[in-house]
Amino acid sequence: MTGARPMSRTAGRRPAAAAAWPGRTRAVAVALGALGLLPLGGCGVLDHGFLGAAGPVADETRSLFYTVCVILIFVAGPVLVLTPIFAWHYRLSNTKSAYRPQWGFNWPLEGFIWIPPAIIVVVLAVFLWRGTHRLDPYKPLAADASPVEVQVVALDWKWLFIYPEEGVASVDELVFPAGRPVHLSLTSGTVMQSFFIPQLAGQIYAMAGMTTQLNLAAHKSGRFRGENTQFNGMGFQNQKFPVLAESEDGYRAWLARAKRSGKTLDMDAYKTLSARSVQAQPSQFGSVAPKLFKSILALDDAGAHAAHKEAKQ
Amino acid sequence: MSGDDLWYWLLGRLDAKALPFVRAWDHPTLSEFIGAGAGAMVVIGGIAMVVLLTWMRWWRPLFLDWLTSLDHKKIGIMYVVIAAVMFTRALIEAVLMRTQQSLAINAPGIVAPEHFAQLFSTHGTIMIFFMAMPFLTGLINYVVPLQIGTRDVAFPLLNSISLMLTAGGAGLVMVSLAVGDFSTGGWSGYPPYTGKAFQPGVGPDYWIWAVTLSSLGTTLSGLNFATTIYKKRCPGMHLMRMPLFCWTALCTSVLMIFAMPPLTLATALLALDRYADFHFFTNDLGGNMMNYVNLFWLFGHPEVYILILPAFGVYSEVISAFSSKELYGYISLVLATMAIGVLSFTVWLHHFFTMGQSADVNAVFGIATMTIAVPTGVKIYDWIWTMFRGEVRFTAPMLFSLAFLVTFVLGGLSGIMLAVPPIDYVVHNTVFLVAHFHNVLIPGLLYGMIAGYMYWFPKAFGFRLDERWGKISFVCWVAGFYLAFMPLYVLGLGGMARRSQALFEPDYRPWLIVAVLGAFLLLAGLATLFVQLFVSVRNREANRVPVGDPWDARSLEWSIPAPPPEYNFATIPHVDRRDVFYWRKAEESTYRAAERYDDIAVPKNSWIGPIVGFAGAICAFGLVWHIWWMAILGLVFAWVAVIARSFVRDTHRIVPAAEVEARERRWLAEVERARPIPRRLEETPQNVGLAEPFPAPVPA
Repeated sequence: MTGARPMSRTAGRRPAAAAAWPGRTRAVAVALGALGLLPLGGCGVLDHGFLGAAGPVADETRSLFYTVCVILIFVAGPVLVLTPIFAWHYRLSNTKSAYRPQWGFNWPLEGFIWIPPAIIVVVLAVFLWRGTHRLDPYKPLAADASPVEVQVVALDWKWLFIYPEEGVASVDELVFPAGRPVHLSLTSGTVMQSFFIPQLAGQIYAMAGMTTQLNLAAHKSGRFRGENTQFNGMGFQNQKFPVLAESEDGYRAWLARAKRSGKTLDMDAYKTLSARSVQAQPSQFGSVAPKLFKSILALDDAGAHAAHKEAKQ
Repeated sequence: MSGDDLWYWLLGRLDAKALPFVRAWDHPTLSEFIGAGAGAMVVIGGIAMVVLLTWMRWWRPLFLDWLTSLDHKKIGIMYVVIAAVMFTRALIEAVLMRTQQSLAINAPGIVAPEHFAQLFSTHGTIMIFFMAMPFLTGLINYVVPLQIGTRDVAFPLLNSISLMLTAGGAGLVMVSLAVGDFSTGGWSGYPPYTGKAFQPGVGPDYWIWAVTLSSLGTTLSGLNFATTIYKKRCPGMHLMRMPLFCWTALCTSVLMIFAMPPLTLATALLALDRYADFHFFTNDLGGNMMNYVNLFWLFGHPEVYILILPAFGVYSEVISAFSSKELYGYISLVLATMAIGVLSFTVWLHHFFTMGQSADVNAVFGIATMTIAVPTGVKIYDWIWTMFRGEVRFTAPMLFSLAFLVTFVLGGLSGIMLAVPPIDYVVHNTVFLVAHFHNVLIPGLLYGMIAGYMYWFPKAFGFRLDERWGKISFVCWVAGFYLAFMPLYVLGLGGMARRSQALFEPDYRPWLIVAVLGAFLLLAGLATLFVQLFVSVRNREANRVPVGDPWDARSLEWSIPAPPPEYNFATIPHVDRRDVFYWRKAEESTYRAAERYDDIAVPKNSWIGPIVGFAGAICAFGLVWHIWWMAILGLVFAWVAVIARSFVRDTHRIVPAAEVEARERRWLAEVERARPIPRRLEETPQNVGLAEPFPAPVPA
């Protein structure tokens, strides 16, 4: 109680005091305050990336990252220590330091500068090989439950998610049940894009006429940010989408809502959708034409050459 | 023929809308005004230049003494001038982008997406092709022939053509500010985005032809330097006696020869896609953009080492000179340089780990990438051990070298992180990547180029640069770098995509504000370099070093007057060991008249270089705007000029022996009069370029 009084008093006086400050002092104070707040305001930033991991893939990537960081201390350490020490100790004005102008080679030293870096690289290579195979984006995640299949089409400047098993589709909104693995097949209806949900998994390119794959999962329910990181035109910066990891019930409810939306995604609807635009809100399609993903792929694969010719004749 | 047809025949797709001024009039937004302002700067700058040249009556000397010169030293200086001009533009663009990002958090900011995309595309293209490449080519041009004891490069005319092709490319990028738009596809210009289906405008065409001109010039430069180093070394200058800068220049030249063709090919195929409806890289009809990506990085990765190796050479020279000591581990450094050169061709895939290759492929390329860290680490240690038991002087070039050692290692760390594919998956295409390559290229290229510029400037112009402004500039460059790019590492880990015109995450704000402060500090770094140049030119009489050896250095370029005569060496030196000038000074056998002097043949000036460069740029401009008659005219003109030149027999001019001898004796008399100075007076006006023998060397 006693502590509360002075606090409330300062709080009450602050606006008046601020107004009384001359402009420049105030600007300096604000700048200093901003600098002081930087660590506070800035800390949250890492939570938006893979260091704020919320799924098994990002978890493993994060621990690999920390392992590599620890090894790298041995790479940088000697250089960061020796450079300033040597430069300062052997400065011209230090007359006590040794001077050997014609010394330029030493076998043991050669060993010291070639062998330890080589050993570090060998050690890193082992981690790299194992990590790359363990975290191969194509590798299905180990889990009891069967994965949720989602087909992803990158468009300008939105993402289309088709749920072939459920017969629904959504735009700019990826929803799946937490705890269950998700298997994504990606392609692009336009230029190359890069699909990325920083807190869940690494990114993978989506390219027209080709399919790439990505496996991910979320530990528990949550809302994450997904994005395209490959510049693709004027709406690029807006091409973010919410990723919702729901409970199994929540996911079912979302599917039901999507089905009720009534709209059908067929080739015509897709053509309309794929026009360059930014969608203000996520939207859903209650039904999807069969094998639509395949048809989208066929628009741009090599086989289209024949189709193109036929159409011309 | 209708009016429209006539217009198209005459001016292609050029119309009033191509001018940013017209666009700004039609849509008066801040972003358009910035665009129009930039265009106006090009126009006003061009007019001001013409007025200045006319007013000062500099047209004749500009053309007769400089642009038509085949002297490798003048060509080198002109390269650096191009780099400085383009650097200024690209750095201002960087500041504009940083400003935009710091303002555009849930807000529109000052630059519209269309302009922002052009900014990052021109910034990258210019920094790589029209700042870094001309800068290092300029240094190599100036220094290598002097270091290997020759009077010129192997092909002086080709050298001039290379320079002018690069200048033509740079000119094209500048013209794009005032006429039309530049590409929005980034410096790497990935199709299908840059294909006709998605970018029907002129932007990608400007990029294609500017890069093509520059890459042709660079390929020719590579051939020229490699031949020069192989064939033109003075007697006794074995490869293993060359200064390390020559080794790095050689390695860079070889990389240029083999790495530029994939780029030329990639841009040529992209041009066929855009102009002739080919389908190399389109989405449909069998095109595959992955081929472009592979070709581009088959060039792009060796390119990184083309950029960095010459700077490594500079550091080898600078650290050795300012430690008054032999370079540690010469053989190791040579081996490491060559190993880097070879390995640089084996890692291109790490630029697209996220394209969906198998884990095996990614892992192999990841390990290959990390392998490069070994020879690079060896080099770093070699420089550190060069300072060991030396006498280190903290001049501006040395300070840049020290900042390089510390900063580059940090860039190497993030490089190793990116080499691990799973880590790459989560930071690729984010500003973490942007931070990484600036963290290697700013210390690994820019600091080296600045250090080299400050180190060799007294040789080129005969007076030293102002040390105080050099150190102020150093502080700006180093502090600016850390402030501008360390926050980007954090933001990248936080998942911030690169090339974002607007942001929607308030947590990013404080870091972006720090970064923009850093960007302004970097701009101050460039400004102080110009101030330093201005101050130094003003005080040049006090800082003259006519004897030519201001730093008590070790290689042949310091054994001749500053500035050197057109023919470099009055008599061709004979070399019997490494660091020959150092040993001659120790044995007091330098600064002596030769027994006899001979006539010297130097290449006559030629208009062919400027003609080819200008015609090439005209051809490219015609291609960009579909003005076919102009494109054909430019191409024909360039070739006719080259063919006509091959019939010219009288290509050399003789400098008579008497003139050579008189000049040499005047210089030797100056050496006689000069007072040798100890190293602690190096930065004072008493330094006229004659070094006092250093405290008696202790045998190792």
